[in-house]
Amino acid sequence: MSKDMMPHFELFQPDSEETALDLLSRFGDEGWPVAGGHDSLSWFKDRAKYAANVVDLTGIASMRGIREVDGGIEIGALTTLTEIENNDIVQSRYGLLAQAAGHVASPQIRNVGTLGGNLNQDARCWYYRYGVDCYRAGGNTCYADTPEGQNREHCLWGADRCVAVSPSDVAPAMVALDATMIVRSASGTREVAAEDYFIGPDIDIERMTVLEPGELLTAVRIPGDWANAQFYFEKVADRNTWDFPLVNIASAMVVENGTISRIRIAAGAVQCTPRRLTVVEEVVTGSAPDEETAALAGQAAVRGATPLNFNHFKIPLLENLVKRAIRDA
Amino acid sequence: MTWSLIGKNFTPPDIRAKVTGQARFAEDFRVDGMVFAKLLTSPMPHARVVNIDASDALAMDGVIGILTADDEGVNELLTNEPRYVGDPILALAAVDEMTAENAIEHVRVQFEELPFTVDPLQSLYPGGPDGRASGNNIGGGRTGIEPKRIKWTARDFAAVPEGQLPMGEAAVEWSHGDVEAKLAEADLVIDETFVTAGNSHMSMEPRTAMAYWQNGKCYVHSGAQSLTASLPAIAQQIGIGLDDFVYINEYCGGGFGSKGTPGQTVGISALLSKKVSRPVMLRMTRRDEYSIGSARGTFQGRVRMGFRADGKITAIDFTVVQDGGANGGFGDSGDAAAALSILYQPEDMRFRGIPVVTNTTPRGPQRGPGQNQISAAVEPLIDRAASELGIDRLAIRVMNAPNNDAKIGANRLNVTSAYLPDALEKGAAMFDWQGHLARSGQRNGSKIYGVGVGQAYHDVGRTGYDGLCVLTPDGKLHLHSGVGNLGTYSYASTTRAAAEMLKMSWENCIIHQGSNAKFLPFASTQTGSNTSWTMARANYVGGMNALGKLKEIAAMDLGGAPDDYDVGDERVFKIADPSQGLTYAEAAQRAIELGGKYSGETPPDDIHEVTRLAVRGVAGTGLVGVAKEQLRMEGDVPALACGFAAVEVDVETGKVDILDYVAVADCGTVFHPQGLAGQLRSGSIWGMSYALFERQIYDPQNGLPGNASYLSCKPATYLDVPAGIQWDAVDIADPQNPVGSRGIGEPPMGAASAAVLCAISDALGGHVFNRVPVVPDMIVNHVAGRPQSTPPLKIHTA
Repeated sequence: MSKDMMPHFELFQPDSEETALDLLSRFGDEGWPVAGGHDSLSWFKDRAKYAANVVDLTGIASMRGIREVDGGIEIGALTTLTEIENNDIVQSRYGLLAQAAGHVASPQIRNVGTLGGNLNQDARCWYYRYGVDCYRAGGNTCYADTPEGQNREHCLWGADRCVAVSPSDVAPAMVALDATMIVRSASGTREVAAEDYFIGPDIDIERMTVLEPGELLTAVRIPGDWANAQFYFEKVADRNTWDFPLVNIASAMVVENGTISRIRIAAGAVQCTPRRLTVVEEVVTGSAPDEETAALAGQAAVRGATPLNFNHFKIPLLENLVKRAIRDA
Repeated sequence: MTWSLIGKNFTPPDIRAKVTGQARFAEDFRVDGMVFAKLLTSPMPHARVVNIDASDALAMDGVIGILTADDEGVNELLTNEPRYVGDPILALAAVDEMTAENAIEHVRVQFEELPFTVDPLQSLYPGGPDGRASGNNIGGGRTGIEPKRIKWTARDFAAVPEGQLPMGEAAVEWSHGDVEAKLAEADLVIDETFVTAGNSHMSMEPRTAMAYWQNGKCYVHSGAQSLTASLPAIAQQIGIGLDDFVYINEYCGGGFGSKGTPGQTVGISALLSKKVSRPVMLRMTRRDEYSIGSARGTFQGRVRMGFRADGKITAIDFTVVQDGGANGGFGDSGDAAAALSILYQPEDMRFRGIPVVTNTTPRGPQRGPGQNQISAAVEPLIDRAASELGIDRLAIRVMNAPNNDAKIGANRLNVTSAYLPDALEKGAAMFDWQGHLARSGQRNGSKIYGVGVGQAYHDVGRTGYDGLCVLTPDGKLHLHSGVGNLGTYSYASTTRAAAEMLKMSWENCIIHQGSNAKFLPFASTQTGSNTSWTMARANYVGGMNALGKLKEIAAMDLGGAPDDYDVGDERVFKIADPSQGLTYAEAAQRAIELGGKYSGETPPDDIHEVTRLAVRGVAGTGLVGVAKEQLRMEGDVPALACGFAAVEVDVETGKVDILDYVAVADCGTVFHPQGLAGQLRSGSIWGMSYALFERQIYDPQNGLPGNASYLSCKPATYLDVPAGIQWDAVDIADPQNPVGSRGIGEPPMGAASAAVLCAISDALGGHVFNRVPVVPDMIVNHVAGRPQSTPPLKIHTA
């Protein structure tokens, strides 16, 4: 395979969403939107995936910034993770998101990486990124889901020819906050719940989200419903910076009179999409957020997990993180 | 001894260029007409190249030419039997890198797949695949030998299901005493099988090389650890005489063992340049680095240790299978045995080892090759023994640690000096060992406190190299250093031995380094932490030679015998009447007038050819001090280090926080305090990284390497290590070095790995994983009572 040498491409730098959408509509499969570039450029440099036309979105001012909307907030998809982490409104009302954004990769990457890029990034399965002809790459095998496949980072649920996981730290927070994705194309705008935005290999093995060619995630809206809830975010990775999560957990919980009245909780890196743990929500609602409830929540969270040969540690790890989310929030 | 330069900090002359970005590394150079080369590397772990069709590529605009294994003189620089994914098969030169890469995609290579393995034990099993067509073992683990085939019997593997290392025919072995008898008599026997990971090299500067030919001379730019030591081998590889070879290697962006000698990129660029008659720049990509940049060999090992009830170690039986990678590997296993021998001073010992050729990346030395793996693996077992015997973990180490009476290896060599017990006690006081022990096992929420102490060794002494310095008529002392600038500043610090002998002010000293065009003497390779010993002694004899000549000239001009003279204030003067003397400037002028040995026109017969050429370059410019170092060196020259760690282990997440760390060195006289601090801190951090994160991954089904990036190889970051690392040294002069120093670069890493792993075991109630690194998976599984994902003897797993 080729290494560290990007092929030539035409670069387009639109300054409006409309122009960008027109370009992407025109190019179809031959177009590739780029923001921070961390995901895209690594593909290009390895020549494993690339497009003839690259549309650089970073000049589109309307896709930047954080604003208050209808009791909640709207965050432009080009807003950097550092801006989200340090934003006063996010910090004061949606601390869960500030924490999740602040745990992505490293400070240097967060300074350039965008919300949209983090949510839309491709799978990080090392075989797939190596450039092999796996199912997700259009081939007819999975290298990771084999007797000796090195699948430590892979999924506990949702395997369907592919066992890659959602690598995002922000995505579970968006699911927990019941966010809505604003998706635009040349033909219009649609809104998709965060929970439905991410898709598994059973729906489309070559994509991680519902975005069709020619569509852009322009913004994410977070409703006021979960503002100032009791939040818990934790990411366990090998190192304390830079690495993708082994497992992460994001929860928003409202406790009234010592009882959990409502909760949304989601885990990352355990299946191909952020996994909303509805069974945990059901188990703990109406109970006190104590050790016993936390233990039951942990047990509930891992029911049905189907580990691969090298990732069954994720079962106790997820169980413990869910416990902490209830107990320590 | 009170010195004016030795033991003092100074500003190495290249610092300013490094911090301002003015330093020029190999890939910063450009030459008129220069073209760029790219490599075509193997996509499969073991194959035979049946045919190469480069006709389409060569027909492309801008493509200049190719080099393959079939070209004259290429030998093993490129191969027709690729033995690992990423093994270079062909180099292609074009007007720019894009053209070269595009052309590479048009080269058609027909392969015949060959059997492969990424696990030495699989290769040793009856009928197992060989890493090379000709076999799977090249002896003790040094490259350049055609491998032979070694297969063990199925009976040898009988205890594998119980997790015990098999041991059949060893490639290297030695023993002293009766180990089995000592083990039978022992009050306690620890018998464990363990695995340590392989680790890719991660130098910041890729091993780029640029070469061109001019008037029959070959000029090569590359960044490597060593300088003049490499000249004969490179010249031979390129097929020219030393006279016709100019090597420019002023800066090296890290080597850590992987650039001890310049390696294949230098040869490829030089031979391709010769073939296409254009200067050739061969820039290495990061991914290339992770394939051809070599790696630390894995260990699948077993150690049986016998203890007396008082903690004295009576016997060690050490067996190890080492992943020798595609090239057969480095001598890690034997070096590990020597480390066990010196660190624990067993009365009797047996070592059996075998490096096995596999189809993983080539294996070479990496900081403490063998010694650091074994410290990480065995030190936690010392703790287990201490616990079972009811002895303090520090006390059992002090009791067994080497001092000046220590012996090492099969031949029970003496050591030049050793003060590890002193280092341990010094470290314990700095760390407050007893205070930390009182907190051992304390629980804070889901976190448990643990403390550990670790120790490590490396042999750091060589002899027989040359020193060269020149006093010129302007009163300056020119210190010619053949030492590579690998980042330790030893190229500069060791020259201070010569300046010290001449009592020079440092302001009047000028260091010459970075290229043999600057007339540099033959030096050791900058490997194995030997420079502080070896080249300090070489510079010492160079300085002493100049000193002798100063006195002779003074005696000639002012009367009396040379012994009637001394030096000071950059003068040579009569001891009885200090007013009678010559300034160094005057003496240098007199040396030029006298000629012969004084001005370098008749150099000594016993110096190396490289030094002879250097002296030829400086001859007639001043008073030339030049000599081959032949000082006494009897016994092993040890570098020893210990470390103390406090950690918190989160039993719910498997994460380990290192809270506190102390490193102490036993490296003779502290030669350059800032340099020592750099070695202790950086080595400690790497040791922490080795203990917790770094490991190579291979898919055994297809030989694919799972980590070929900084991200996936996981070197520790600032947020993974303590904010401050305390350090100190025993600082007792070695009697066999006139300036007292021994090296230290390698063992601080092994000591830190060991201390951290011991601390984790301490936090987990004494559990030892027998696997390095210890990753969150293992801790979480252990605490949850689940089986580990990776079977005991499995290597290269996530």
